[in-house]
Amino acid sequence: MPSLAAALLDLRELDRLARLDTPVHRLDPRAKVLATAAFLATLASFGPREVSALLPLALFPVALAALGEVPFGLLARKTLLGLPFILVLGAFLPWVDRVPVLQLGPLAVSGGWLAFASLLVRGLLAMVTATALVAVTGFGDLCAALDRLGAPRAFSQQLLFLHRYLFLAGEETGRALQARELRAFGRPLAPREYGAFAGHLLTRSWERAERVHAALRARGFDGVLPARAQTAFGTGAWGFLLGWSAFFFLCRWLALPALLGGLLAGGGS
Amino acid sequence: MADALVSAAVGGSFWALSGGALAGCSRRLRRDEDERRVPLMGVLGAFVFAVQMVNFAIPGTGSSGHLVGTLLLSALLGPPAAVLVMGSVLLVQALFFADGGLLAFGCNLFNMGILPALVAYPLVFRPLDRRGHPAAGAILGAVAALQLGALAVVLETVLSGLTGLPFRPFLLAMLPIHLPIGLAEGLATALLLRFLRRARPELAAVRPEPAGRPLLALVLGAAVLTAGMLSWAASSRPDGLEWSVSRVAPAGADAPDGAVHRFAARLQRRTSVLPEYALPGTEPAGPAASRRGTSLSGLLGGAATLGLVAGAGWLITRGRRILRARPEA
Repeated sequence: MPSLAAALLDLRELDRLARLDTPVHRLDPRAKVLATAAFLATLASFGPREVSALLPLALFPVALAALGEVPFGLLARKTLLGLPFILVLGAFLPWVDRVPVLQLGPLAVSGGWLAFASLLVRGLLAMVTATALVAVTGFGDLCAALDRLGAPRAFSQQLLFLHRYLFLAGEETGRALQARELRAFGRPLAPREYGAFAGHLLTRSWERAERVHAALRARGFDGVLPARAQTAFGTGAWGFLLGWSAFFFLCRWLALPALLGGLLAGGGS
Repeated sequence: MADALVSAAVGGSFWALSGGALAGCSRRLRRDEDERRVPLMGVLGAFVFAVQMVNFAIPGTGSSGHLVGTLLLSALLGPPAAVLVMGSVLLVQALFFADGGLLAFGCNLFNMGILPALVAYPLVFRPLDRRGHPAAGAILGAVAALQLGALAVVLETVLSGLTGLPFRPFLLAMLPIHLPIGLAEGLATALLLRFLRRARPELAAVRPEPAGRPLLALVLGAAVLTAGMLSWAASSRPDGLEWSVSRVAPAGADAPDGAVHRFAARLQRRTSVLPEYALPGTEPAGPAASRRGTSLSGLLGGAATLGLVAGAGWLITRGRRILRARPEA
């Protein structure tokens, strides 16, 4: 879990990137959501020890990020945040499965190590793609896309409201934490104080919700936020979706790296 | 749960389950017609998101815990709204913080939203709360929710079959780890509820119990678990032999321990036959080559692919800069 301040900074950075104007930003958000779904389904459908066959899939997040002007440093940083969990779990695998399945010169690679490598590649690809998607689409458009793809209205509304109040709640909590730390001289928060600390934040949030509701009512709110300007699912969107789906299909059914490697090895020997 | 651990069959099944639950909860909320709840859910979701990062010291252990919040949200807003709020928080975490994952979203919502709100809350927390033991209800409810969640994580990981982790040792490691986590969650929930009921009793009143809900929750929980197992078994086991053996075997008539044992043994057998499978990249449509040649070409091909992808990224970035520079020049 990142610190609160770092989390808010990252949120702002992603929101800023989402307001850029590039060809991928202009695509219908539904096309990007569906292509990402196809990507994740393809990624998850590979067997437990596939490593090299997964690699061509990296073209999707790389192309999204490059076309959408997402800085690669940001992608790398976001991905590093999610790595520890995979590393901890994956570290057991080489002990679970020690049967050597691969011979690299003098080095015998066990199935566990292969599974570990596969896990790492999967995790990295999934995380990079999620970050790239939100950076080139923006959260509001993502919610609108989910809504138009048939997600429950109450849920897409909830997502929009949540995103709107994340910064307020985050900053308020950050200020309260800082105020406490300045007076506590490094003493950790005791359980007895936690109830009052978090409870005050909660009652303040609740009162804010009541004010927000009154303000919304005054402006004619009837339970549904007005929709944003809607884009049409044009030829570009179809091309994007079908093109990438075809690419994923190709990656799944043809072991591209093995073919390429065979070509290279055949040519070299 | 992380995306890397979930197979397509397991991820898809849990997406369907959790999506169905989300839709059901949305429908129930829409029937309420209380539009005051819409901004309240949004603001409380933001509160939960922020307060998850507030750690407190767990007495006597030197470690710290924090709130996840599903049980608290259930007590404040009711279980359907709690499922929706947790779903939104988990989706934001998956998208913005690479925490959890999009494919594993269904699993995570099931483990951290549906199990606590629709199983632990009505079956453990609410009965105790209504008898005047909110603290015991919160702690026991959170422990139950976290143990169920840990069990679900193990099941999802093992059913996905991507790790080869054996079922029993993994479960025996996960359950004790989640015991203190559950205690901390319960403690935080109990403290917050006690504070709220003293400071703002009108917000956190004991919720009236709708008739027939606990039974419904039990049925739903059982149905959801069975459906998950069934869909996994139906979609990821092409041979179907072992699956049908387990279906024929009477699970209820036998000693339950025997059934569990058989299940675990089946999973272990499944994981232990994996070494016989082919090398990566060779089994579908790969060139028929010797083992050694294949591993060499796999390495070479992998490196070449990565190089090509990186090159494509560089070219796009480069081309974009040139394109952007041209109109200004």
